[in-house]
Amino acid sequence: MHWPIDIIVLTFVIFCAIAALSVKDLLGTAILFGAYSFLMCLLWTIMGAVDVAFTEASVGAGVSTVFFVAAIFRTSRRTKD
Amino acid sequence: MSDVLSLIIAKYNYWLYVILMMIGLYGMIAKNNLIKKVVGMNIFQTAIILFYVSIGYKTNAGIPIITTADTAHGVVVKAADYINPLTSCLMLTAIVVSVATFGYAMALAVRIYQRYQTLEEDELRMRLSEE
Repeated sequence: MHWPIDIIVLTFVIFCAIAALSVKDLLGTAILFGAYSFLMCLLWTIMGAVDVAFTEASVGAGVSTVFFVAAIFRTSRRTKD
Repeated sequence: MSDVLSLIIAKYNYWLYVILMMIGLYGMIAKNNLIKKVVGMNIFQTAIILFYVSIGYKTNAGIPIITTADTAHGVVVKAADYINPLTSCLMLTAIVVSVATFGYAMALAVRIYQRYQTLEEDELRMRLSEE
């Protein structure tokens, strides 16, 4: 009953991780990393750890994306790899 | 052969977590940009947290909140009906620590950029040797 949605979300998480590491723009990395965190939050809701899920949604996806975008705003978007 | 294959399929989520962990390790080792390295470290951390949370999962069990009002008057609460909350409570701390390290790493990256005008590791090493 639970395994198909579990494996679908896990596949999306792995794709988001690969894309966040391979994209050539750091702002794109920030957005893909936010998507990664939200998919991770979905995965924890599926596993029944709801406290971890809403901590991840507020702290992991919200605050760390804000930190990331602020750091890129003060540095540069350029990356070679 | 079929035994090995059925063992792999039965624990498919562990294999996917290992793949995610190796992606994070690759990002930490092979990427040249400092911010990409930090993202790789965060992916590694989330893979470990995912592994721990999945240990506490039970099939056909609810979230660990007791719904019956009076447990003192003979209502039996079975542990098999609830997901084990211990691992997720431990991993809650790990998420907060990972966000703290992420923010600190971003602050260090901003300081490095203010001083050397680059975030690439090879250019950074070149400018350090020029000084």
